[in-house]
Amino acid sequence: MGGSSYPPLRAIYKSTERVDGMYKYILGRLIVLVPVILALTFVVFTIMYFTPGDPTAVILGNEYSEEASSHLKAQLGLDKPFFVQYVNYVAGLCQGNFGMSYITRAPVGQQLSARFPNTFKIVIAAMVFTVVLGIPIGVYSATKPNSVFSNITMVVGLLGVSLPIFWLGLMLILLFSVNLGWLPSSGMDHGFKSIIMPAVAVGANYMANVMRTTRSSMLEAVQQDYIRTARAKGVSRGAVIRRHALPNALMPTITVVGMNMGALLGGVVLTETVFSIPGTGRMLVETIKSRDTPSVLGCLVIMALCVAISNLIVDLIYAYIDPRIKAQYKKEVAQ
Amino acid sequence: MIEQTAKAYATRKEFYRQFGRKSRGAQMRRRFLKNKTAVIGMILFLLIVITAICAPLIADYKGVAIKQIRSERLQPPSARHWLGVDEMGRDVLARIVHGARISLVVGILAIGVSLLIGGTLGALAGFYSGWVDNVIMRAMDVFLCLPDVLLALAIVASFGTSQVNLIISIGLAFTPKMSRVVRAAVMSVRSNEYVEAARSIGARNGRIILRHVLINCIGPIIVQVTLYVANAILTVSALSFIGLGIQAPTPEWGNMLASGRDYARDAVHIVMAPGLAIFFTILSLNLLGDGLRDTLDPRLKQ
Repeated sequence: MGGSSYPPLRAIYKSTERVDGMYKYILGRLIVLVPVILALTFVVFTIMYFTPGDPTAVILGNEYSEEASSHLKAQLGLDKPFFVQYVNYVAGLCQGNFGMSYITRAPVGQQLSARFPNTFKIVIAAMVFTVVLGIPIGVYSATKPNSVFSNITMVVGLLGVSLPIFWLGLMLILLFSVNLGWLPSSGMDHGFKSIIMPAVAVGANYMANVMRTTRSSMLEAVQQDYIRTARAKGVSRGAVIRRHALPNALMPTITVVGMNMGALLGGVVLTETVFSIPGTGRMLVETIKSRDTPSVLGCLVIMALCVAISNLIVDLIYAYIDPRIKAQYKKEVAQ
Repeated sequence: MIEQTAKAYATRKEFYRQFGRKSRGAQMRRRFLKNKTAVIGMILFLLIVITAICAPLIADYKGVAIKQIRSERLQPPSARHWLGVDEMGRDVLARIVHGARISLVVGILAIGVSLLIGGTLGALAGFYSGWVDNVIMRAMDVFLCLPDVLLALAIVASFGTSQVNLIISIGLAFTPKMSRVVRAAVMSVRSNEYVEAARSIGARNGRIILRHVLINCIGPIIVQVTLYVANAILTVSALSFIGLGIQAPTPEWGNMLASGRDYARDAVHIVMAPGLAIFFTILSLNLLGDGLRDTLDPRLKQ
């Protein structure tokens, strides 16, 4: 376990100059996010604006009348031209105001902050499940490529990437709630217990994906010359895998995990529907059905932000693991 | 030189035979057929396609697939109803078989739409680079911030849930990804000598892109298209499952799962069949896609 190449690299990372460069890079990336979110809201706003149907008819329901409708339109700012409405929305967004829900008449921000934690918990749990199971299994099966275990993981991995989330969720409910009675079948009232199944359902695909990616990149890594050199020098098998093969093999895995963040958020819409969880995913489906534009926009903005931030985190982890990329940051900052 | 040698032999096949070499297509075919899982995937997918085409022969749409026989509700699988009867008294097998038509048609056409739009944009971006590339790809980046299920959801919400709208929505949702794939493929062959040669004999850009560039980067595109069709089929059933896709009574695997889930406790078969149908379709396309990748793009071989 004697210290080899790691301490000096960490020292570089922690030097003030380095940290300074990182901050500038992060800030730059966050600034780039602004136009992306703006464009995204514009597109969704346009789509929803030109969607046929009068939102006031939905809100008023039975109490609908010409007069009430025009009164409400003036109240909600819906009588203004398209661009004025959009600018108003963005101006509100800049102040953290997501607007007012057409249906509940409550601020969308309030509802998002009530529901997002549930989604967040599931996504994080799924991420942990994916990484904690996927990477070790992938690594282990790569170190023994022709064993029974390795072959089983390959088959399971192949089947796993093809499982539809919503069906897996239904099957889990049937097995663990209906037949065995171990876990609650819906809602978020049972603490950790109610997170397990939704997280497994949404994460199973990605676990299989991470496992396969780790396995194949690990298989490639252990064939490299530097591995043979390290072994020839007398470094133990375990140490070679941990310190020489793994850091190199993890790069594709990190890419897959990071890209999965977006897919996980897409999948959350389905898990939350299957397990009746009050999260942003189900909120999105419900509000789309009721044509509640501000709520739809709010959900999409939050989810897009999540994806963008997780992409940023992945890039930073890249830089932490791969010194070559770190050197690039330095150059960019210097320019 | 080579041109002349080749002309001396009547056909390319004869040329290859003379030099004891198999043509590139034959080589690929052999490499593909050696890959057992890929062949299994292909056979499975062909079976599904044939079932979908022959659906009316297997079960009449009006007479069986959407006909409700109240007295037979929730019957388990039997000789008369191989996969049982659903909660409305409809034969599950008939609905699965007719559902295959919808899933395949919507999935494949949606990817066709994305290939048409995304492929064109990607090819332009990759070929011209510079500001064209910048404008197109930054626009695509905006949409890549949203997972494709969500993007499809948002678009389908405004278009409405007819089959055609579903195809367009899912096609648009996959456009950003597709444009990236095509762009990368085009960029990898853009600077080859034959492109320069074509330009030097006066070929116009449009001709170069269509006849020289796209033809030569078809491999990675076919691989991704196969995998995206799997994703699109999954998206169709996911949208139908949450009620924003194909609407009942039209049989579709996703909406069969959604309407059957409340009865799954007593009659597992009504959620088992559509789930397995989705699973095997996706599996077959994934196997096929992986196999094609090994065949057409040996550099990426795992």
